[in-house]
Amino acid sequence: MAEGVKPRVKAPKKASAGEVVTIKTLISHPMESGQRKDGSGNPIPRSIINRFTCTFNGQMVIDVTLEPAVSTNPYFEFEATIPEAGALEFTWYDDDGSVYEDSKSIEIG
Amino acid sequence: MKTMILMAATLVLAAPLAIAGGPDDDTLTINDDIEIVTKTDAPAHLDGLDTIYSGWHFRDDGTQEMEMDDFDNPGMIFVDMARDTWATPEGAAGKSCADCHNDPESMAGVRAVYPKWSEEAGEVRTLQMQVNACRTERMGAEPWKYDAGAAINMEALLASVSRGMPVDVAIDGPAGETWARGKELYYTRYGLLELSCANCHEQNFGNYIRADHLSQGQINAFPAYRLKNAKLNGVQGRFKGCIRDTRAETFSPGSPEFVALELYVASRGNGLSVEGPSVRN
Repeated sequence: MAEGVKPRVKAPKKASAGEVVTIKTLISHPMESGQRKDGSGNPIPRSIINRFTCTFNGQMVIDVTLEPAVSTNPYFEFEATIPEAGALEFTWYDDDGSVYEDSKSIEIG
Repeated sequence: MKTMILMAATLVLAAPLAIAGGPDDDTLTINDDIEIVTKTDAPAHLDGLDTIYSGWHFRDDGTQEMEMDDFDNPGMIFVDMARDTWATPEGAAGKSCADCHNDPESMAGVRAVYPKWSEEAGEVRTLQMQVNACRTERMGAEPWKYDAGAAINMEALLASVSRGMPVDVAIDGPAGETWARGKELYYTRYGLLELSCANCHEQNFGNYIRADHLSQGQINAFPAYRLKNAKLNGVQGRFKGCIRDTRAETFSPGSPEFVALELYVASRGNGLSVEGPSVRN
């Protein structure tokens, strides 16, 4: 179980209908690649976030597969068109089975 | 280093570089709110420089931009960790930092005046030494190793609440002797390459050292998140790296020599804003 994992999201609270907004996400995570060895020469098992998704009102916005080469604290910045008021749901899937979630609601105005 | 997936990159900074390798003309405002003085007149005691620049001016626009928003600044992750530590009781007394000091925000201004003479201890203390004195004397907890992760994170938290305030370390009075010692160290050549701090950071700032820009070596922006090692780096660890690069045996972080040097180098930045945690390469 990776320690100190904390998802963060920055998204606007309001958008006009059809506006393209920028969304930033960051999750603090060591992203242990599985390639390193500890002090006594034993391999450190891989422990990474392997998938990240964002949905808007149930519709997929982005679905990312992460590989061991991705650095610590993975950061994503992407754009989404907001057609109506609703909620963005963010989900990160950890190798150890943990699922981290966050959500942001966006109003039309 | 952050994994950046940029679908649309907007350059906030458009000002061109003044001269290759030299400080640029950009201005730094963090979160559209905290205005940072990154360029000002050198303090009176400093003969070798007319204008002092934060190391921020010597980085490229992409790196500079990361520091303009707390969400984009990877150093703030470590500040968050220190916030948790701040509120967690530790040691025999069962106290946390918050029990005496309330919110971290109550410590605004503290980072700006350290290293500072401690009357009770009869020595100049860096911020980390003062935190450790709190831990051992008031909390009954184990001191943190100098420049250890937890110690630097705490230093970053204390720096973050002082951002925008001018660095103002005292160089006279009881601290004068330590300051003079630090100044001597600054101008002493070390190592097989026979380089002093001043050879690079006073006489050659703005020039290239191999493929990188030489800054003035200001420490107003420490702790610094370095893209090369994806963590916060302390001032004295940086000193050690510099002296190592002259091919010398270095002093250790936490040693009296480095404490004196930290006071002196901090005083060279009197007038610049506290900027940490900063982002550098």
